[in-house]
Amino acid sequence: MSEHEKTYGVLFAGVGGQGALLAAEITAMAAVSGGYEVKQTEVHGVSQRGGSVETHVRFGKTVWSPVITPGRADLVVGLEKLEALRFAHFAHQSQGTILVNDHEILPGSVTNAAETYPHEALTFLNDKGYRVITIPASEMARDLGDGRMANVVMLGAMSNLLPIEEKVWLDTLRKRIPEKYRQPNLKAFEAGRKMSDPPKG
Amino acid sequence: MKKELLLGNHAIARGAWEAGVEFAVGYPGTPSTEILETLTQFPDVHAQWAANEKVAFEEGMGAAIGGVRVLVTMKHVGLNVAADPFMVFPYAGTNAGFVVISADDPGMHSSQNEQDNRYLARVAKVPVLEPSDCQECKDFVRAGLELSEKFGVPVMLRTTTRLAHHKSLVEIGDRTTVPKREFVPDAKRFSVPIYRRLLRPKVEQRLEQLRAYAEETPLNRIEEGDPMIGVVTNGISYQYVKEVMPQASILRLGMTHPLPRDLLVDFCAKHGKVYVVEEGEPFIEEHMLALGIPNIEGKQRFGVIGEYSPGRLAAALGLGEVPEGFASEINIMPRPPMFCVGCGHRTVFSALRQMRVTVSGDIGCYTMGALPPFEASHTTFCMGASIGVAVGLERAGEERVVAVIGDSTFVHAGMPSLVDSVYNRSKLTLIILDNSTTGMTGGQPHPASGKDIYGGHAPRLNLVALCNAAGVEHVSRVDAWNRKQVFGAIREALEFDGPSVVIVHGPCQRIPEMKQREIIPFFVEEELCTQCEACLKVFCPAITLNARGFPEIHPAECTACTLCAQVCPPEAIIPLPPDRSGTP
Ligand SMILES: Cc1ncc(C[n+]2csc(CCOP(=O)(O)OP(=O)(O)O)c2C)c(N)n1
Repeated sequence: MSEHEKTYGVLFAGVGGQGALLAAEITAMAAVSGGYEVKQTEVHGVSQRGGSVETHVRFGKTVWSPVITPGRADLVVGLEKLEALRFAHFAHQSQGTILVNDHEILPGSVTNAAETYPHEALTFLNDKGYRVITIPASEMARDLGDGRMANVVMLGAMSNLLPIEEKVWLDTLRKRIPEKYRQPNLKAFEAGRKMSDPPKG
Repeated sequence: MKKELLLGNHAIARGAWEAGVEFAVGYPGTPSTEILETLTQFPDVHAQWAANEKVAFEEGMGAAIGGVRVLVTMKHVGLNVAADPFMVFPYAGTNAGFVVISADDPGMHSSQNEQDNRYLARVAKVPVLEPSDCQECKDFVRAGLELSEKFGVPVMLRTTTRLAHHKSLVEIGDRTTVPKREFVPDAKRFSVPIYRRLLRPKVEQRLEQLRAYAEETPLNRIEEGDPMIGVVTNGISYQYVKEVMPQASILRLGMTHPLPRDLLVDFCAKHGKVYVVEEGEPFIEEHMLALGIPNIEGKQRFGVIGEYSPGRLAAALGLGEVPEGFASEINIMPRPPMFCVGCGHRTVFSALRQMRVTVSGDIGCYTMGALPPFEASHTTFCMGASIGVAVGLERAGEERVVAVIGDSTFVHAGMPSLVDSVYNRSKLTLIILDNSTTGMTGGQPHPASGKDIYGGHAPRLNLVALCNAAGVEHVSRVDAWNRKQVFGAIREALEFDGPSVVIVHGPCQRIPEMKQREIIPFFVEEELCTQCEACLKVFCPAITLNARGFPEIHPAECTACTLCAQVCPPEAIIPLPPDRSGTP
């Protein structure tokens, strides 16, 4: 299938408050500017109180379902390791990529010592045959002045893997991010973008 | 034509504005809340939050018979609360257009049940429209208002979580101004119940006319495809069908009550096999079975429970398996939601956990008090039930029963129950969690919050005076972030021989005033810390153990609520001095 016929699917997973929704929204907006039909799911309510958050973006010539079928996502973007693991099976086994922020947020049950966090998540996914790219996004964002920009670092990293031009991404960021936070976020995006290979073939 | 990426709920709001709605009213509830919030941005519409869905429906009903176009919004269970006016309104019928949004929640993403409100519409004899994407979310509001005026009937627009909370491109247009209709008092129609007998046959006649309309309306459409495989579908399921069975013939029903008899019979006669793909209950399917249509298959293959998805349809049709995730191979523990950093509810549940009382809970953020680590809320049913259930538990012999209710929920359905409990000589202790907002649904003002939907000041219900007026003899009001006060007040209330109320006041950290506040975060002075971990027992998400084994407070998250400082024996938790900000 040519790039133009294909429907792309990107799943963002994270913890409430990490900005998974914002990353998805920017992706959806960029895809619209790129001339695609777009659908995006959101989560509201309970999921935002520090619970796990999942949001899907699909774009292409025609898009029917707003939700991605497990095993079909081109990209799974995990803003946190456990959440990447929770939604990893949405990625296409051979052609998909899982991008993970190398960052752990312990759920309450781990802090209370009732459970053990799966620190080995990334090795596990590698062993399953997935293409996994690890990005120290939280650390990079902190170095750039604000750890909360990890979502935008990840956005930069994944932007390389989608058929949307860099200029479109930057314009979308400029449009969506309020003036006060714009410059640092553009820097975060660029830093992230340098972390992933451009698409092959 | 200009296109914008809109959320289903934003599209509904836009649709209401474009179609000339002048009055919009509702009560918050996921997944309906954003509709009314969005409508506040349109100058020609007056939006307001009502105390509950019944009041919202009645205010809408009044405005519609008064002659202006109306949109009323609520989640599926909200319509249970509004069922009384919903069932009688069709008798009198409406004057100007009236559309009620029923936002259903298949999969129960944020609800206490899964309930298909098309059945309620059938009982009420109200037509139902079901959009399949965001463009239709917008267009169907206008279609609904026009239908409402054409037949003088209230119309239900049914959405579901996926529809309401997904974005797609929508063509936007301008507002149509609709002239106000005159309100003509008519005793036979509006005021004397005995005349309703005369209206009764009219309700049936109208239903027959609506059925005829359903045969013709473009809201129901056929997409010709494979003559061997037909699909009857509605709502978001239509998208999944297009994805999974692109070759099938489709009858897409945009109007699902009343159903078009001939259209269904003819469509099925022309196709070898017909699948009925409708999320939720077999509403269309049962109707088709009642019509004696033989070649259909629906719920038996696709199931009743939970959301549909392309993967689920594909698997049900034997078109491929869907990977399930790795939970059986590696520990993927759930990450349940929890009380926010600085949430005042935390103090109350710490107290209740310690006091080992029977707690009758309610619906709101505080429902999380039932989860670990607090596990101090023992029943939750529906909004306002905490008080009635507590009275019943008392009657059944439970001693020391505490009912816990949020302020929005108390106003919504708790007030009659409180009056009842005093009247019936209950001795329960009621705790009202007064956080000045409807937290669970994202922070909407309510009559006890002192704000209106536009953020302006509004008359504020005095909770203390209200409880006194109900006859509660022991009423106290305490600061949610003062542990001693909260614990003391609850203990005193429990000891009081009679009904008692403790109002725990502390605004939600997510309301604008709280978020905009200057905060000096607290930190742990490691030299003073004895590593007793008492602060960890506050269960604040901003406190974690660092690599050195000391508790550490995340400065960007700390709200300076001081709950951890209050339990620290060596007083090692103190405000971060300015020269150390940014550390550690
Ligand atoms: C009949 C009905 N309407 C609306 C809702 C959606 N809803 C869930 S909790 C809640 C109220 C929460 O506010 P409050 O009681 O003040 O508690 P808080 O969440 O602020 O702690 C609402 C409106 C519902 N569950 N049932």
